[in-house]
This record gives sequence, structure tokens and C-alpha cells, in this order.
Amino acid sequence: MAAPLTLLLIVAVTIRAVLFRSSLAELISERVEVVSPLNAWKRVVEGLALLDLGVSPYSGDVFHETPLMIYLFHFTVDYAEIVFMVSPYFVDCLSCFLAPLDRFRKQKYALESDRYPADCLELLRSPKEMFYIPLKVAMFYLLNPFTILSCVAKSTCGLNNAIIALFIFCTLKGSALLSGILLALATYQSIYPLTLFAPALLFFLQRLYIPVNLRRSSFWFFTLQYAFIYVGSLVVITGLSFFLLGSWDFIPSVYGFIFSVPDLTPNIGLFWYFFAEMFEHFRLFFICVFQINVFFYTIPLSIKLKEHPVFLIFMQIAIISIFKSYPTVGDVALYMAFLPAWSHLYRFLRNIFLVSCVLLACSALFPVLWHLWIYAGSANSNFYYAITLLFNFGQILLVSDYFYAYLRREHHLIHGLYLKKKDGTEATLVLK
Amino acid sequence: MGLLSDPNRRKALTNLLTRLNAPICMVCYLAAIVWFMGLAFEPFTLRTYMSENAMGSTMVEERFSSGERALSLAKEFDAHKTKAGGMPVEWLVKAMQARGLEVFTQSFSRKLPFPDENKERYMVRGTNVYGILRAPRAPRTEALVITAPCSPGNSNNQAVGLLLALAQYFRNQIFWAKDIIFLVNEHDLIGMQAWLEGYHHTNITGMEYSPLQGRAGSIQAALSLELSSDVITSLDLILEGLNGQLPNLDLANLFYAFCQKLGVLCTIQGKLQRNDWDTAEGYTHAAQTMMLMVLKQACGRSWGDHGLFLRYHIEAASIRGINGFRHYKMDVATIGRLLEGMVRKLNNLLERLHQSYFFYLLPSLSRFVSIGYYMPAFGLLAVILLLRALDLWVNLGAPALEAVDGVTEAEQPSGPGVLTVLTPVVISHLTGVALYLLPVHLQEMAVEHFPVSETEAVVLTAVAIYTAGLALPHNTQRLLSGEGTEQGWKVLKLTALLYLAVLLGCTALINFSLGFVLAVTLVPITASMTPHMPKALSALAMVLLSPAFTILYCVFIYQELIEAPVSVSEGWMLFLSVISQGILDHALYGSLVYPLLALFVYPCWLMFWNILFWS
Repeated sequence: MAAPLTLLLIVAVTIRAVLFRSSLAELISERVEVVSPLNAWKRVVEGLALLDLGVSPYSGDVFHETPLMIYLFHFTVDYAEIVFMVSPYFVDCLSCFLAPLDRFRKQKYALESDRYPADCLELLRSPKEMFYIPLKVAMFYLLNPFTILSCVAKSTCGLNNAIIALFIFCTLKGSALLSGILLALATYQSIYPLTLFAPALLFFLQRLYIPVNLRRSSFWFFTLQYAFIYVGSLVVITGLSFFLLGSWDFIPSVYGFIFSVPDLTPNIGLFWYFFAEMFEHFRLFFICVFQINVFFYTIPLSIKLKEHPVFLIFMQIAIISIFKSYPTVGDVALYMAFLPAWSHLYRFLRNIFLVSCVLLACSALFPVLWHLWIYAGSANSNFYYAITLLFNFGQILLVSDYFYAYLRREHHLIHGLYLKKKDGTEATLVLK
Repeated sequence: MGLLSDPNRRKALTNLLTRLNAPICMVCYLAAIVWFMGLAFEPFTLRTYMSENAMGSTMVEERFSSGERALSLAKEFDAHKTKAGGMPVEWLVKAMQARGLEVFTQSFSRKLPFPDENKERYMVRGTNVYGILRAPRAPRTEALVITAPCSPGNSNNQAVGLLLALAQYFRNQIFWAKDIIFLVNEHDLIGMQAWLEGYHHTNITGMEYSPLQGRAGSIQAALSLELSSDVITSLDLILEGLNGQLPNLDLANLFYAFCQKLGVLCTIQGKLQRNDWDTAEGYTHAAQTMMLMVLKQACGRSWGDHGLFLRYHIEAASIRGINGFRHYKMDVATIGRLLEGMVRKLNNLLERLHQSYFFYLLPSLSRFVSIGYYMPAFGLLAVILLLRALDLWVNLGAPALEAVDGVTEAEQPSGPGVLTVLTPVVISHLTGVALYLLPVHLQEMAVEHFPVSETEAVVLTAVAIYTAGLALPHNTQRLLSGEGTEQGWKVLKLTALLYLAVLLGCTALINFSLGFVLAVTLVPITASMTPHMPKALSALAMVLLSPAFTILYCVFIYQELIEAPVSVSEGWMLFLSVISQGILDHALYGSLVYPLLALFVYPCWLMFWNILFWS
């Protein structure tokens, strides 16, 4: 296990080091798919320059990182490449989390295996399969072209991913305090991880065998405790930013920027085209609609998946990365790293061929249509947005396919793998 | 969503698609060819029309009448050119200054990666001369360009003469709202490239040039002029630019409109328009014109000096005078009036040409086929690849689902699968990289050891690497994993099919003709390739439909279409020169066809070659 992981790390580091030194790095760091106005390295450098001159880095309309991030780079700017090289390896912690997760599941299965029908045993994962999952997760993240591009472009998205990965790691390790603090940090970085509060809470409740029951005082006690850790650390971090910077400038410049979407540079998300076409007086309404869209799915998903908080985390991260206002391929890479963890769902996936074709074709078409639009001038923004739509359609199909497969597996675990209709013929499950 | 969520209907659909896969693919292929050939049939095409308001409704009156002066200037230019043994820079500067232009020169030099035997040049050194006529009526933020290349020998003198006469005439008019740049460029495309790079402050091809001393505003449109005789019978419009890029269709419409107005015979691809579309000859004529356009566009080179402007988002076309059709004759003054009219309409533009189409094929000057009409022909070919991939996917998935008794069996293919697929992919691409890099870099070594010239060395190295690639990769997976499994080649073929589909799709978007020509030859053999076919026969078929042979066929068909058929040996020599031109175009102007073929299409084809010899 250690040997392949080391090999993987060496390969991943080599690829990145080679790309950092090649002429491609500059090209990649200009791509709109890879960097967004929120996390472009160019803008960080601008912010640092302003900070060094004693001006508030938010005084222009260029810099949109959080104060803690700029102070981090203030001290490490000379080692920026190293920071970006190292940050993906935090996500390796993701792979470590699966070890405790699996142990936990194994116990659960051992306890409950007599409850499942006999023919479902093949649905349960053997320890041997689980053994390789951390390696596969690490491979999926480190060798994913999306991650590599994002890393080479020095997009700070990699650091945000690292924070989220650490949060998941601490959550699964069962440390409510660290988990709350890291969740606050992730929220502070980009707001949207706020929706991960629900799955984290559900996970801790499940772990402590506290039933989700609104009338039970123990439920309320723990919820308040966790919420207090979370809100408390959020207040502390924000306060710290204020004292570092001496002003509240960063609130409109970071969070206002995320929420009101003033920068309509094309990216792989759904916002830019829509708001570029919009009449100004509808803007506020549709911004509310689009932003609520990101947060809204938390409620139905939490209700449906309250027994499966880890899967809920995956769903939430995927939804954030699809619907957030400035998505980049780095965000996509984060939830894709989870896919090997659900390899036992593979047999229930129905559209995986279609989805992989769509994602593959879109990834190739993004630069082609960008070239036609911006350089050749022969295509226009509609072409590019069509591909954006298709890419997001593929992502949504992927996520809903995994969701369906997960539910179906649960159904089979309870009712048996080979369902019969009342008249004895083989039954099929239909999602309606 | 019924299709995606209802398992019964999905199953029915997949069953249908897998059971009828071969017939559906065959029908798709035939339909694609028929569709494509149908594009030239007049009822299926659209009539061209002027979309740009600023050019359509305004009337201009052409008054240019100094045709004689143009011809005498041409003679003078010729005399000075012969005396100077090249571009008569001083004379040109004086002549332009005398006409009241701001005149500047730009010198440039370029060492070619290897000698160009077609144009006999290696170390190129030259000077561009250009004069700017400042716009009297508007702020100088926009410009138009008229260029005439200074060619060796006594060709193109009349173009320079007409350029100077036009400059003199334009100087006296008051209605110019855009600066007009009159450019005489040396060494055709190389000089053009140097001037454009200097104008836009870029350097993408490693050219050495002196910076431009005078600039006008952002260039809106450009016309390149090629005239080689005093009397012209018809004018030919050339649109195909670098990498198959085309100017906005309105530029062609503008040219056509003025030809109609002045009663000038106009051709495209050197072919006159015919009116008898309902006869077989009429259709063949239109089809030939369209095929010529497709072939010219597919080869991705710039067919006139205008081709390099397109990269900078400047609409440009070349107008070439032809002295061939005996009955009609017109003098230089008429051509001058035609250019005057075109420039005055372009002068009226309020924004860049963008209203009309950028993706089109022209079966004649008055008819066009837009992207919506020709894309289905390519789409039908791409669908074949996807259908085959789907079939393989279902095939690969079926045994895993049927294996009721063990989970272990479903796990098996993924283990060796990755390695067996990865090795051929990597090796094919390394061969491709060798094909891309080695010919130019190894020329010195080749010249030392073999009795060939540099150009021959480059081309023959390319051919040798291409051929060596056929022998190399198909032994590799056996070294690693012993026997190739049935699963192995299916996974490899699935990968290769999807790869080819994405590759051709992207190519067709940028350059439809290239994508379509490649798809027509690559799709049938790649879609049907399995290791169980008779080896010798299918190997022959694969080689005959490989990318290199596609180029060879294109050479023969092109020669046939321009009515200059060649024998086999001449064709072979032409084929070699096409390869050297392709490599040169890539090095000099950044044409992408050579790297595309070497780095992507050829490796992809090698992957299928690998499947054939899977054992």
C-alpha cells in the first residue's frame, strides 16, 4: 500500500514540476476554465503588490481572495510553487479517511449482515476491495487532468479543496471541534461549503447514536454544541481578518462578489451567459433564484440521505461545484475524487457511458470553441455556452445517476437483489 | 427523460442499436456521402445575399478612370524592379510620397528550417513598403488595407501599378472615414507575416523584423491584389486562409455584387458559374467547384496573401486577375472601379463584418452552403464511431452482468486492462512525436549520410518514420502482458474510437473540410477493425486508408479537378512537395495541419493498426 502510494506521489510531483517549468504553464494559467476571477494567481499577485504598498488590496476591483489567504501568500510568495505543489497532497488525507470509514462500515455490516437477504452479500464490499480504495481516490485526484491543470495554473482553488478535504478527514475521524473549525474556514473561503454543515452534523449524530428526533433534548444539545463551534470559529476568523486588515473592505469584495456575480467572464458555470443577457431590472430576482438553487438542495437531500451522511457530503460538494457562481475545473476534480469510493455502485449506474462521452467531448470542445470565438472570431458566445450547458448537463446526469444507484443499492440490500413480481416474473425498478 | 430512466425502453433501444449496428453504420456512411454530394445541388443551397446594412443600401458611384496611368506605372515599376534585382524600395517610397501618402518601410529576415524548393528560397531577406492615406473625415481609429505582392520575374507588376494609381485617385477624394494602407510586400507570405506581426506587436513564428514606424487604426478589412497582364478577362476570388479559416461571407457578396454591377466576369476556384443546374453537367460543375474548395480548405495553407490577415480577426480576400476566357476583355480601369467601389463600401462599415456567415462552402459565387447544412454530413460519420463504441461498451458490460456466481470475475478486466490500453496509446503517441520532431531536426545527419538535398531529407525522413511506425508498436503489449486478451483489444478499440470521434469533431469545428476528408477515409476502416479479420487483406485496406494515403488521393483528385491530371510518378513528386510545404507552412506561419496529423491523427490510426495485430 505504501509503495504504490509513494510511486503515485512521485509521478504526480514529476508531472506538475515538468509542467511548471514548461511554456504551457503560462497558457494554462490564462484559461478561463481553469482560473476564475476568485482564484486566479495573477490577481493574488496584484493584491500582494497593493498590500506591500500599504494600500488595501481590495481598493481596486481585481482582488477577491480572503484576507487570511493573502497573508498566507504574503509570507510564502517566494515558495508559491511549492505551496501549490503541496496543497493537493492534503487531499490525500481524503484517501486516509476511507480507512476509518470502511472499518466503521464493516462493523455495521457485521452487525447487520444477518438482517440482509442472503443474495445481497455480493453487494457488500469485501475487505480486499476496500483496501485499495484510498489508493484509487488518491490516484483519481492527483492524476486527474483537471487537478493538474488547476495546480499548474496556481489557482487557489487547490487550497480551498485542501481545506474541504481536511474538514472531511476530521469529520470522519470524529473530531467535532476540528471539523467545526475547518468547516468555518472553508465557509470563510468561499461561503458555499456552508451546506456541508448538515451532513457533518448528521454524521456526528449517527456516530454518537443520537437519533434525529426534534423532541429529544440530546439531539438539540449536540446540534447547538456543533453549531456553536462552527459559528464561534467563523466569528473568530472573520474578526481576525478585520484586525489583520483594519477594515471591513473584504466583506463586499469577497462575499458580495460571490453573491452578486458582477464579473461575467465566461467560465464553465451557468451564471455568466445568463446574466450577460439579462435586463438589469430582473437581475436581483434571478440572482436570488440562482443562489438559492445552490443551497436549496440541502433540505431534500438531508431528509432523504439522513442515514448516509458521507454520501450526502459527496452530493453536496458536487452540487456546489455545478451551481456555484465561479466554478472551475478544480472544483469538479474534488468531487470526482470521491467516485472510486462508490465503486460498489458501479453495477447500478445506467448512464455512465453517455456521461463519460459527454464530459470527455466537452473538455476537448471548451478550448476549441474558445479559440473559434475569441481568436478566429468566427463563432460566438452561444457556441461556448452551448458546451457549458452540455458539460453541466453531463455533471448533473453523473450526480443523479450516482444518487439513483445509491438508493437502488439500499433498496436491494433490504429487499434482496433479485426482485420478483407478484406473478413470479422478474421485476424492474423504475425511477419516476 | 423517459429514455434515460425507464429500463425497459432503454433495453429495447440498446438491443436495437447493437443488433442492427452494422446496417445502421453502413446506412449512416452512405447517407453522409450522399448528403455531402447533395450540397452542391442548387435547390439545396441558399442564394447569397448581403447581410451588412452599411454595405447594402448605400449607393456609391465609381469614377476611377486612370487605367492608362496604372499601366505606365506598372511598366516603370517593372523597369526599376529589374534594375534593382528585387524590390525597388527607393523608387516605391518616392512614388508613394509623390502621391501624398505617409510612407514607411519595414525590413525583415527569416531563415527557413530547410530550403523551399518550390520557391527556391532559404535565407530570406526583404523589405515591405507601405503608405498610409490618413482619413480626412473621422478620427483615425480604423483602417483598411490594400496589398499587392512584389513577385519575382515580371508577374504582378500591374497590381502594383494599379495600387499606386488608386492611391493617387483616393488621395483626392474627401469621403474616407478610415485610414487606407497601401502595402507592397516582398516574398509574398513571409513579408506579409512580418508586416502583420510588426503591426500587431506580436512574434509567434520567430521572424526577425524591424518595428513599424507608422501605424493606422485597427484594421477592419483587407484586399490583396494579383494582376499579371494588361488585359484581364475575368477575376478570381480566393477566400481560403490559414488553417482553413474563411472571411465573412459578406466580403464575397460584396465582390460578387460589384462584378454584377460592372459586368465583370467573376470566378471562384477558377470556375465560371453556370446556369443549368438541372442538367448533369451543371451539377458536376457545381460539385467540382465545391470539392475544390473543400480540398483547398482542408490543406490548411493560405492560398493568397490575404490568408494571414484572418488570424488577426481581419476579413480579407485575394482578387486575382485571369487572362484566359477569350471573348470578354476588360481594361485595368474597370478593375480599378471595382476596387474603388469595394473600398468605398468597406469605408462605410460601422463595425466589423459579422452579420453574415463565417462557416460556409461555395458551389458557386451566388450560392452557398451554411454550417447548418453541411454539418449533418460530418455528424452522420461521427455517429458511426459513437455507435460502434456503444456496441463495444454493451459487449464489454454484458459478461460482467451475466456472471451471477462471482464478483471476482467482474473485477478481472480492470486490472490488466489499464496497462494493455495505456502501453499502445503511449507508444503510438511517442511515434507521433518522433514524426513531428525528427524530420526537421535530423536533416543535417541525413544529408551527411545519404546523397539527398535538405528538403528531400526532411520529407523522406518523415515518410520513413511513418512507415517504421507500422512495424513498431504491435509487438509491445505482448512483452508486457504476454497474450493479448479478447477484453484487451475491445477496451483499446473503445478508447481509440472515442478518441477519434472527439478528435475529428474538434477538427471539423475548426476546419470542416479537413475533418470531413479525414472522416471519410478513416471512419470505415476504423469502425470495422477487429483482430479476427484476414490479416493481409485488412492490413492492405488499412494502409490504403491511412492519413498519408489520404493526402496522396487528395493530390490526385485536386490535379484532376483543376484539369491538370498527372501521372503516378508526377503525383508522387507532388505528394512529397505537399509534405514539405506542410512542414514549412507550420514552421513559417503556424499552420496546424502538420502537427494535427503527426501528433494526433497518425497515433490514433496506429492504435487501430495495433488492434489488427492483436494476438
